[in-house]
Amino acid sequence: MKLKPEDIRLIREKYASVSAIRSGEGTRGKNIDLLVCAGTGCVSNHSLKVKAALIAEIEKHKLQDRIKVVTTGCNGFCANGPIVVVKPEDIFYQLLKPEDIPHLVEEHFLEGRPVERLMYRPGEGKPIPKMASIPFFGKQQLIALSNRGTVDPEKIEEYIALGGYQALAKALTEMSAEQVIEEIKASGLRGRGGAGFPTGKKWEFCRNARVVEDGDSAFAKYIICNADEGDPGAFMDRSIVESDPHALLEGMLIGAYAIGATHGFIYIRAEYPLALERLTQALEQAREYGLLGERILGSDFSFDITVSKGAGAFVCGEETSLIGSLEGKLPEPRVRPPYPAQYGYMGKPTNINNVETWANVPHIIIRGAEWFSAIGTDTSKGTKVFSLVGKVNNTGLVEVPMGITMREIVFDIGGGIPGGKRFKAVQTGGPSGGCIPESLLDTPVDYESLVQAGSIMGSGGMIVMDEDNCMVEVARYFISFTQQESCGKCTPCREGTWHMLNILEDITAGRGREGDIELLEKMGRQIKETALCGLGNTAPNPVLTTIRYFRDEYEAHIRDGRCPARVCKALITYSIDPVNCTGCTACAKNCPVACISGERKQTHVIDQDRCIKCGMCYSVCNFDAVRVE
Amino acid sequence: MAVEVTEKLQSIVERYKSGKSSLIAVMQDISQEYGYLPEDVLQEVSRLIDVPISIFYSLATFYSSFRLEPIGRKHICVCVGTACHVRGAAKIVETVERDLQIKAGETSMDGDYTLETVNCVGACALGPLVTVNGEYHGKMDQKKVTRLIKSIRQEISENQ
Repeated sequence: MKLKPEDIRLIREKYASVSAIRSGEGTRGKNIDLLVCAGTGCVSNHSLKVKAALIAEIEKHKLQDRIKVVTTGCNGFCANGPIVVVKPEDIFYQLLKPEDIPHLVEEHFLEGRPVERLMYRPGEGKPIPKMASIPFFGKQQLIALSNRGTVDPEKIEEYIALGGYQALAKALTEMSAEQVIEEIKASGLRGRGGAGFPTGKKWEFCRNARVVEDGDSAFAKYIICNADEGDPGAFMDRSIVESDPHALLEGMLIGAYAIGATHGFIYIRAEYPLALERLTQALEQAREYGLLGERILGSDFSFDITVSKGAGAFVCGEETSLIGSLEGKLPEPRVRPPYPAQYGYMGKPTNINNVETWANVPHIIIRGAEWFSAIGTDTSKGTKVFSLVGKVNNTGLVEVPMGITMREIVFDIGGGIPGGKRFKAVQTGGPSGGCIPESLLDTPVDYESLVQAGSIMGSGGMIVMDEDNCMVEVARYFISFTQQESCGKCTPCREGTWHMLNILEDITAGRGREGDIELLEKMGRQIKETALCGLGNTAPNPVLTTIRYFRDEYEAHIRDGRCPARVCKALITYSIDPVNCTGCTACAKNCPVACISGERKQTHVIDQDRCIKCGMCYSVCNFDAVRVE
Repeated sequence: MAVEVTEKLQSIVERYKSGKSSLIAVMQDISQEYGYLPEDVLQEVSRLIDVPISIFYSLATFYSSFRLEPIGRKHICVCVGTACHVRGAAKIVETVERDLQIKAGETSMDGDYTLETVNCVGACALGPLVTVNGEYHGKMDQKKVTRLIKSIRQEISENQ
């Protein structure tokens, strides 16, 4: 069935009960939706078994007419999966196991007594039944993720019921391409993938670019969605594609209309099989409904999308590399200008945005630039999605208004550091970003403030580190990553990162020399200035920021031969504290090189000459008897 | 010796010839079909589509998802993305390397195991994370991963 603009409204009316229940407005009705999170995190924790148990139990009690089990994408609170949310009541159940389900269904749905044991509980406090009251969700503001955990990503009707494809209908029937671009420009939306270039301006460049007719290609202009989420520690794009694929398609459709593109590509990581599957399905559904293809919604606008699987290269985050990869070549960046807006895929004007940027577009068209630009700070409008991970209690995906402080994200939303450990730093921007120390925790999160602090917004990874993380080792880790991923085309990046890595390896191995820190700083500055593309321009950031904020740790390694966080193997020794050791033999049994000796109930001793410092004894000791110094 | 040009291989070649897929997509299709990029297949495809084998080799060694060797029966990937790293992924890699007696990137002589590191599978909340033939095992520590490897060994010996 090929839809007309008015059909969008009709479908929405037909499925009105879906939006009523999911939004919580349908409390008077008897129908209940159980939203089972099937994001990668929850699925890994066996949420599909929980789902099967729910269906079986509901059928056993013949409740299936009243209670519907719905599979959704990522809920965001990944740390506490598997998650089930009861709608319209908004009751949040977490850490579920299939064996919890019979009791849960009987108590909650037959007896009307929600099960406190399976609810979220902050520390020692009382359980919090409603999802909206849980602090993790409290300070979040959802735009790009507005449908997360509430829509079945495999059903286009649900997306439409919750307001989807309305923005496309509005753009096609009420707005000219220029008006769409003006709206996006006025909203202040900036690219969510890295550098933060104004989206509307980028679209305008591409729209105004002249097509050189050479007759070797059927298409005139292209748009591309970069879903090759390469930053280790960032998974927001994967989550959007998995939980709300149509939001991405709708954003791309509006962009293509505004730019005048007839074909689009989604370049997605091969490591994301679930996202790829959902996307392929969403594309088929959209084609069936005539939302992709010829004369979309009865207009003159025709557009289709091809999915292209990434082959695994971090440098594809750079626009010109990604285009090269799409063309089937090595992903080597080239000198810009000309920018892709003039000379992109197959030499044609091309516009690239990332998943989150595209997903913001429909909301701006429906609710207006004024609404969007009222959120955030002077220069950074709207919200940003972060994957809050590492040493933080509430790991997961959060969407917050720009301008919120790091402290609010880490402590209010993230619930602070586990195990009573001390906060040390938060790393933003992936291998291109930097480490922000405790003294800057009150920095507002926006593009400019992060750059000032030596980091970047990047795609939104936010990795929290505590006192047990060695900042020199972290810097070594990132440089080793960029060194491996450097495409090798330009010398500063290829050779420079290799030398920086060598120096950092020396420092962490206890072979650091006076002058190493200064040399790293000098090289870092030069690589930033001279590398060809964004990968090299930003590669030194993790090193430069850790030197800037944690210079004492570098000095301790070099001058005192000491790793203050007790991480760097060459600089630590393991020993057993005779006071705490109970002689339980756990360490001796688990030691892979059998270098721990001692009788049962006697103090054990590590043979330092044979110890490989693997840390196994430390991780298995239940009596805090293994010391690391 | 030339390989047999199967129907599947023919369709992969046709898609490229008609401009519907890029060279990378061709290689992905071959990987999907054979589990890796066998040299004789690449030679044959190179001949059929008239692209030098050196181009295939250049792409195969640049992109991390291509492999030129067959994969072990159990494909073990340790995630070393940042979130897993700060929670001790390096120790997990060392432990698995020690247990399996192979280094990351290698396949055991008997073809039972391939061990690799991966730069983030996007399940950061569950770190440190190990995948075995695509199945996720989250919140690993040295002890848990030792147990995991033991159970994989057992499974393999039972199936033999």
